[in-house]
Amino acid sequence: MNAQLNRLALVAVILLGALVVATTYWQSWAAGSLAAKQDNAVELVSQFQVSRGLIITSNGKVIAANRRVRRNGQTFFFRKYPKNGFAAQTLGYSTSALSQTGLEESLNDYLTGSTTNLSNAIERTLDRLGGGTVYGDNVRLTINAGAQQLAQQLLGDRCGAVVAMNPRTGAVYTLASSPTFDNNLILKPGGYAKVLKSKGACGDSSALLNRTTDGLFTPGSTFKMITAAAALDSGAFTPSSTFNDPGYCTEYGKQVKNALNPDQNGPEAYGHPTLAQGFQHSINSVFCNVGKKIGAATILEYAKRFGFYATPPLETPANQRLPSGLYNNGKLWYPKKPEFQVDPGRLAFGQERMQVTPLQMAMVASAIANGGVVPRPYVVDEVLGHNGSVVSRTRASNLGRAIKPETASELTQMMISVVQGGTGTKAQIPGVQVAGKTGTAETGVNNVYTAWFVCFAPADNPQVAVAVVLEKQVNGFGGSVSAPIAKAILQKLLHR
Amino acid sequence: MLVGVLTAVGFASVYISRKANVSAASLTYALFFFALYLAAHVVARLTVPNADPYLLPLAGLLTAVGLTEIYRLGPSNAFKQGLWVVLGVLVFAAALLLLRHDYRVLENYKYLFGLGAIGLLFMPLLPGIGQTVNGARLWIHVGGLQFQPGELGKIALIVFLAAYLREKREVLAQGRVKDWGPLLVIWGGAMLVLFATDDLGSALLYYGIFLAILYAATARVKFVAAFIGLFLVGSVAVYQGTPHVRERVVNWLHPWTSHKVYCALTGQMTLRQDCSSYQEVQSLYSIAHGGYGGTGLGAGVFTTPQGHPLIPYLSTDFIYSALAQELGLIGAAALLLIYMVFVLRGFRVSLAANDGFSKLLAAGLTFGFGLQTFVIVGGILRVIPLTGITLPFVSYGGSSVVANFLVVAGLMLVSHRANSP
Repeated sequence: MNAQLNRLALVAVILLGALVVATTYWQSWAAGSLAAKQDNAVELVSQFQVSRGLIITSNGKVIAANRRVRRNGQTFFFRKYPKNGFAAQTLGYSTSALSQTGLEESLNDYLTGSTTNLSNAIERTLDRLGGGTVYGDNVRLTINAGAQQLAQQLLGDRCGAVVAMNPRTGAVYTLASSPTFDNNLILKPGGYAKVLKSKGACGDSSALLNRTTDGLFTPGSTFKMITAAAALDSGAFTPSSTFNDPGYCTEYGKQVKNALNPDQNGPEAYGHPTLAQGFQHSINSVFCNVGKKIGAATILEYAKRFGFYATPPLETPANQRLPSGLYNNGKLWYPKKPEFQVDPGRLAFGQERMQVTPLQMAMVASAIANGGVVPRPYVVDEVLGHNGSVVSRTRASNLGRAIKPETASELTQMMISVVQGGTGTKAQIPGVQVAGKTGTAETGVNNVYTAWFVCFAPADNPQVAVAVVLEKQVNGFGGSVSAPIAKAILQKLLHR
Repeated sequence: MLVGVLTAVGFASVYISRKANVSAASLTYALFFFALYLAAHVVARLTVPNADPYLLPLAGLLTAVGLTEIYRLGPSNAFKQGLWVVLGVLVFAAALLLLRHDYRVLENYKYLFGLGAIGLLFMPLLPGIGQTVNGARLWIHVGGLQFQPGELGKIALIVFLAAYLREKREVLAQGRVKDWGPLLVIWGGAMLVLFATDDLGSALLYYGIFLAILYAATARVKFVAAFIGLFLVGSVAVYQGTPHVRERVVNWLHPWTSHKVYCALTGQMTLRQDCSSYQEVQSLYSIAHGGYGGTGLGAGVFTTPQGHPLIPYLSTDFIYSALAQELGLIGAAALLLIYMVFVLRGFRVSLAANDGFSKLLAAGLTFGFGLQTFVIVGGILRVIPLTGITLPFVSYGGSSVVANFLVVAGLMLVSHRANSP
């Protein structure tokens, strides 16, 4: 009988051995993929046992901190946001109901210390085994607390957005979106529903929307920067090319009138302006003729070079950023045959289904300021370990050249003239040369406009680029309502 | 014996240090438990001095690990479990005292054991005292005490099978049909009861024990093959006929779905991992969270920040996933190794025994012990479909503890006799 017993013993040992193998499989081989599963409640709860990394502004102001709570003998760390509503959409939130948005979502691995390298792996393991608190990595943003605060204050209860960035490095100083919300309210029961209901003055979309990267607006005359870039860079025109302006431009046998652009100052018909004058006074008929000459395909090609038709890079979650470009029925649309499908005259001055984000317009201004090279925008300056060591630091890079350096300097001159004696005089700063472009886009409702101002300064040594947009401005033009905000932000960031 | 005492001191110290991690006040638990273990040890020394010295310490170690984890998951359960351990030790001592001269008298009452097994299995079906828990009717409830009679029925069945097959092994091996009669009746009855109570884990376990003893007694692989064939046919029939079983198999094969499926619990369309396979899936997450070193005792994640449990039945059927998270791969593998050593010691006892009944009894008890571990842990680890049974000595559950102390008593009795000069 002993032979059978030996075999049975072998079977039993094999069965138990299979359990060791299976346990090893789940705890080592499959552990990573299980931890990444959406419905992994264990992992989600355990994140709250980590002292989540702080998020601080460029000058060290803490904008996301922790609240330590002891419950059932265990320590949990819940978020608190010391500066109510500060860059709320970009910062996002991390709630114990297990949902996250904004940087809290996209930087979660750093903030919870899930990204380990050799140096911190040992420390974290010791923390864990010793029952001590495990600390996530801290994140320093490029956001300038003063400029961000000022931008939010200036937007007030108007709907709109302000983006400011370093045109050379791409470091983003300001990402202000109004209406905003209190991230702390989201953390409370029922808070999310309350935030959803708050709509601000414009009344049609939630405060949760990050208008800087996720809001689409008609660019209006600010798009003339791209049309002019295409006209000059392709060699079709020079700044001194002259046009015949009878007060309208004829397209498809119909008149496209200058008067449709309320941003324009001076006489309704200029006679024989140059391209530079057309830019300075934002004359639609001039750009309509430019568009007809170079065609929609060329304009769209240059738009692409500036970053249109691609989601702008930033550290926020990809689903909270949108690409700029033509939109057809709510979808990004690149026409297969632009010459037949797109009205080039109206595209040239930024109508015709063109939709842009404020971040994209700030990138356009930055590229012009940066000698034609589009900087890669970033908002995370560095990731710091709990002990202060640098885990990672963002290095400035670019998205490639959009236009030649000569074109960039010609455009800069034209933008300077806009502020000196054109549509953007309200952005003048004593002692600092500002280069800018206004935009006042029709909304379909009479006398209600989307008001833009896009600029950079100092023109000879650009340090800051700003894009400001205000929605639904009744008789409010880019030059009258948006330019003063841009000016204030420039002054704050340039200390003038 | 020295090894036994050393092991006991070792686990007691481990136990104390781990307890201190949870709460200093629980040191009394450790001291009490240590005293209890010493008492069991003394009884064993007096009644069966020649018995295998490893079995009792191993059982004590497993009980201590279980009690610690149960305490960590819910201190009130640990008190109840502690009472059951006391009862288990009393039953253990009683069995040793009563049967110390010759346990083989049990052989004479084999039919009584066979019928007793079926009786015990039938008890939960009786109206009044029977109780349905988690879809299976295998509890009786008498005056505030819950008990799973099936656990004792298992041991009774093993005694019957060992005794009957010892007597008939030659004739069965030659294939005399009429001797299969009582065997099939008793065993078939047991299986029928199990399917009627929806206790599939136990059904699987008993079937495996039956095959193991049959094989050991007759050495006929074709019998085993035939019964496995029968089992497969039966499984398909059960799979077709019982939604309960179908659900378990589906959860086993496809615990995660990317599209929404009908959820019988809520009547809505949800992902399967949010509905019927929730428990399995979260338990795997719990195990995976442990990694190599584990979170450490007391530091595991089993509840939401609000204190709601993440995994139902954690301290009973799913205690392995709690242990695997807190002790990690190192601890979980060590725990499985203890089971392995226990099983090997058990088979050693069986090999050393002098007579057929003793050999079959020891083999049946040991194989059953190992198979039970495999069925529940294998179910948790997705090696086989999940069926809810207890992890021997570790799970929270009184009847299981008492029954497993009887298993140890049985093995020690056999071992003592085999080693006595």
